[in-house]
Amino acid sequence: MSFDIDIVVRYGPLLLSGLWTTVYICALASILAVAAGLAAALLYGLPLRFAKLLCRVYIEVMRGTPILILLFILYYGGPSIGLTLEAETVGILGLGFYGGGYFAEIFRAGFQSIPPGQIEAARMLGIPRRMIVARIQIPQMLTLIIPPSTNQVIILTKESALLSIITVAELTKNTTQMVNETFAVVEPYVAVALLYWLIIEGIALAGGALERRFGHAS
Amino acid sequence: MDEKPVVLVEGLHKHFGAAHVLKGIDLAVDSSRVVCVIGPSGSGKSTLLRSMAFLDPYDEGRVFIEGRLLGYRETDGKRVRDSDRNIDSVRSVIGMVFQHYNLWPHKTALGNVTEALRVVRKLGRREAERIGVEMLAKVGVGDKAHDFPARLSGGQQQRTAIARALAMRPHVMYFDEPTSALDPELVGEVLQVMQELAGEGMTMVVVTHEMGFAAHVADEVVFMDGGEVIERGPPDDIFKRPRSGRLREFLDTWRSRTI
Repeated sequence: MSFDIDIVVRYGPLLLSGLWTTVYICALASILAVAAGLAAALLYGLPLRFAKLLCRVYIEVMRGTPILILLFILYYGGPSIGLTLEAETVGILGLGFYGGGYFAEIFRAGFQSIPPGQIEAARMLGIPRRMIVARIQIPQMLTLIIPPSTNQVIILTKESALLSIITVAELTKNTTQMVNETFAVVEPYVAVALLYWLIIEGIALAGGALERRFGHAS
Repeated sequence: MDEKPVVLVEGLHKHFGAAHVLKGIDLAVDSSRVVCVIGPSGSGKSTLLRSMAFLDPYDEGRVFIEGRLLGYRETDGKRVRDSDRNIDSVRSVIGMVFQHYNLWPHKTALGNVTEALRVVRKLGRREAERIGVEMLAKVGVGDKAHDFPARLSGGQQQRTAIARALAMRPHVMYFDEPTSALDPELVGEVLQVMQELAGEGMTMVVVTHEMGFAAHVADEVVFMDGGEVIERGPPDDIFKRPRSGRLREFLDTWRSRTI
């Protein structure tokens, strides 16, 4: 068996276009996931039973549903309730809100790691709640939440391969097209595995850099 | 001098679930006076101080800070919890120091002291740091301004916490067992700072196990047990002429421990 590099070169533009789609969908989905997760964790911290319940339901639904089912519901089920979305939009929303369920738990653990006494000291000095979150809690949470967050972005990126099933022209979809057109199997899948590995190494490196940047003297 | 007490507590009750931890406490703290609250563990003294700051909301009674009701709004005989903004406003004259210092570990000593000056008082960095350095120097940790709390000893951390509270120019300082978490050899440096504050005329409420401090610095000592004030009076009366059995017993236990 030989590895025909020519096929990979010939399909280079298709693979790169898929790579770009995967990268920007995952980037937007990750931003959405972090925002949704942070919002859920903040709501969870409010002394309101209804807010807590809402967050619990959100987290449990996201964790309890396979991402593929979530994507199917959004993409194929959406139109029946008047929600017709582009496949890429479904991908961003699906991966984003799905990831948000996991980020919510990461942030919640982060908030709980701050001793309540620090919050009380801030309240006694008259520091408003939102400033306590922004200046006392989140900065201290960062060192703790960066490693699991990096992990979560990596998982999200790998799960984005499922978007090929709902016709998003991302890396896996374009690779499948390459397989169908060339009848080659090894070259396309090895090439795509390398490309995913590149993205994920990039995420891991960024995570490591953030960790070093926000490590403090405590 | 202001006739009104800086802090006035009337008929304070507090429950934690089924436990009735404060059973009708009355207390008045006049300007420039030092009141020490002593009593065995679980007597409710820390809860009293926390209720007087509304960190633990009280159930019945009233707390007035410079004449303003803390924590609740009363309309037509009904009372509702006040807004965060109003609560902040009423307690802005209180500075509080905690047993475990509660410094923010991601900020330097100076960062801890300037944080509220910047965020609450909205001072510029330079002005906030000028005050911060001044306050740290006042409590004797001026040379530690740029160290993170983890690099400071317990005594230095607690003095930094005192500087942080003082920077906001409080009219009354609450101390919640400020030396209980300290190694014995570090207690003195914190008590000395507190004594200096008292000497400058700061109004203070101190929950403490340091009987020596209470005896020498307090204008009034309040002895609590079982959620009630059992005895109160000048330190000489409390320590030399206890009237109640419970106070006598408490002092005997303390004396037998400190020999």
